[in-house]
Amino acid sequence: MSSPAAGAATKSLIAFGKKERKMLFDPMLDNNPITVQVLGVCSALAVTVQVNRAIVMALALISVLVFSNVIISMLRKLIPPSIRIIIMLAVIASLVIIVDQVLQAFLFDISKSLSVFVGLIITNCILLGRAEAFALANPPWQSFLDGVGNGMGYGIILVVVAALREILGSGTFLGFHVVPQIAYDLGYMNMGLMVLAPGAFILLGLLVWVQRTVTGYRE
Amino acid sequence: MLRFVSGMIGKFEPMFKDGPLKIAYPAFEAGETFFLGTHHRSTGLTHVRDHQDTKRLMITVIYALLPVLTFAMWNTGYQGFLAEGVQSPSIVSSFLRGAWAMFPMILTSYAVGGFWEALFAMLRKREIEEGFLVTGMLFPLILAPSTPLWVLAMGVSFGVVIGKEVFGGVGMNILNPALTGRAFIFFTYPSMISGSGVWDLGAKSPEFLTGGAVALADGYTGATPLLAVSSAAPGTSAVEALTQAGYSFFDLFVGVIPGSVGETSALAILMGAAVILLSGVGSWRAMSGTVIGLVGVSFLFNLLAGPENNAFMTLPPHYHLVMGGFAFGAVFMATDPVTAAITPTGKWIYGIGIGGLAALVRVVNPAYPEGMMLAILFMNMFSPLVDYYVVQGSRKRRQARLAAA
Repeated sequence: MSSPAAGAATKSLIAFGKKERKMLFDPMLDNNPITVQVLGVCSALAVTVQVNRAIVMALALISVLVFSNVIISMLRKLIPPSIRIIIMLAVIASLVIIVDQVLQAFLFDISKSLSVFVGLIITNCILLGRAEAFALANPPWQSFLDGVGNGMGYGIILVVVAALREILGSGTFLGFHVVPQIAYDLGYMNMGLMVLAPGAFILLGLLVWVQRTVTGYRE
Repeated sequence: MLRFVSGMIGKFEPMFKDGPLKIAYPAFEAGETFFLGTHHRSTGLTHVRDHQDTKRLMITVIYALLPVLTFAMWNTGYQGFLAEGVQSPSIVSSFLRGAWAMFPMILTSYAVGGFWEALFAMLRKREIEEGFLVTGMLFPLILAPSTPLWVLAMGVSFGVVIGKEVFGGVGMNILNPALTGRAFIFFTYPSMISGSGVWDLGAKSPEFLTGGAVALADGYTGATPLLAVSSAAPGTSAVEALTQAGYSFFDLFVGVIPGSVGETSALAILMGAAVILLSGVGSWRAMSGTVIGLVGVSFLFNLLAGPENNAFMTLPPHYHLVMGGFAFGAVFMATDPVTAAITPTGKWIYGIGIGGLAALVRVVNPAYPEGMMLAILFMNMFSPLVDYYVVQGSRKRRQARLAAA
C-alpha cells in the first residue's frame, strides 16, 4: 500500500497542486483499491447483480469514507496510538449507522435488497486502510481528496462489474431491457453464471487482468 | 504402410529443409511428426531421453477416442430418431444423422479453441502448443448433441482462456480445460446440458437425413438414467426405477442411452482405456483409483440405505460404474497428466478422491445427479496439495531411515 509522505506545509489550506491531483486520481486507476490492492472485494461480489444497487452501495461507501477520513484526520493529533483502532472503528461505525438510517428512510427498497452489506461497510478494509495509512498522517483537506479518490476507485469498479453482470446475466441495464427481443428469438440466452457470485469473481479477475496488462503493474 | 509413409516423407524432406519450400518447414514438421515419431531427443541435463513428445501423447489419446467417437455418432442419431418416435432406424441413417450433428461441433471446438491458442501463442511469442488437440476433441464429447454451436464456442473459449491460458498455457493449468468449459455451460446455460430438449436434433438435421418433418414425440421425456434414479421415490429400489424407465444393465454398459454424446458407452470407453493403458499414456493408478473410490463409497451407501432414504443409495456399485460420465471421466479426464497429481502415491489418492466424491455428489446432492465433472475439478484443485504431502512424507521416512542407519 503506498501512502504519500505526510503533506508538507502547503501554502493554502485547500491547495490543489500536482500532489493533490495524484491523491485524487491515483486510486481511481493506478492504485485502485479493488483491482490493485484487492481490498473490499467481498461487497464487490455481493452487491453487483444490479447496477442501481451498486450505485447506491458506492455512494454509501464514498460518503462514509470521506467523512471518516476527514474526522480522523482532524482528530489525528489527539488520538493516542495505542487505542487508535478502537477510535477509528467508533468513528466508522457511527457513520455507517447514519448512512444506513438515511437509506432506510429515503431508499427503503434498495436498502432492503442491500441487506447487511451496508452495515458491513464497517468491516470494509478500504476504510480502515485509508484511515490507518493516510488520514492519521495527513491534514483534513488531503484526507478528503484521498477519501473521494479511493471511494470513486471502489465505485467505478463496482458499477462496471454490476453493469456487465446485469447486461449479461439479466439482459437489462438499470432495470431497462437492453438486449433486444430479436436476439432472444434467434436463440440468445442470458448467462445464468453472471447472476451467481462466481460470475462477479470471474469478471473481477478479468478486469484485474486487463488493467494490469494496460498499466504494466506487477506485484 | 509405415515404410511407404516414411519413404514419402524422406523424399520430400530436403525440399522443405533447405529447398524452395523452406518457409513452410514448421507445417511440414508438424505433418511429419503426426505420422512418425520425432527424431529429436532431449539432450543435456534431463533424465528422460525419449522421442515421445507432447504431440505423440496427444495423438495416442485421439486414437483412443476413436471407438468412443464412432459409437457416439451412431448413438446420437439413434437417440435423435427415438426422441421423434421413429422405431428401429437403420444403422446407416442413424450414423449419418449423428455425424451431421457432431462434425460441426467438433469443427467449431477446434476452430474456436485453436484461435485462442494461436492468439496467446502469438502474444507470448511461443510456438503453438499441441495440448488443445485433445481438449478440442474431448469437449464436444461431454456435451449434449443439441448444444447450439455458439454456446459450444463460449464454453471452449472459457475453458481455454480461463481454464488454461490465464495460468500460462499447456502444462501450467490447474483445472482440466474441457471440464472447465463444461462447468461454464452447466452453470451459465443449464438448459443446454440437462432437460428433455437435449435430444431434439430437429434444428441440426436436414430433411434428407430424417426423411420428412421432425418433431419430438408426445410423451418423450429424454430422462437420462441418472435422472431416472435421482427422481425415484425415497425407499424404492434404484435398479427397479431404472428397469421401469427401460434401462437394463446391458443397455447402460453398451451405451444405447441418452446422455452427453461421448459418455454413454462404457464398452467403447473401455476400448479407449485399453489403448491408453497399453501405450502408457495415461496413469493406471489414477484410473484404478477412481474405480476403487466409486465402488467403495457407493458400496458404503448400499449398506446404509434404509426405507426412508433416497433411492440413489440403493444403486449397486457396478451400475454406478457404467452410468453418466464416470467411465469417460475416469479414462480421459482423471488421467490428464497436467492436472492430475504427479507422484505415484498422489495419483492413488487423487483417483480415489475423484471416485468417492463422484459417488457422494450423485447420491447426496439432489441438485446435481451427475457428480463426475465437479469431482474431477475439485480434485484437480487439490492435486498440488496431495503431491506436496506425499513428497514431505517420503522425505520424513528417508530422514528417519538415515537417522537409524
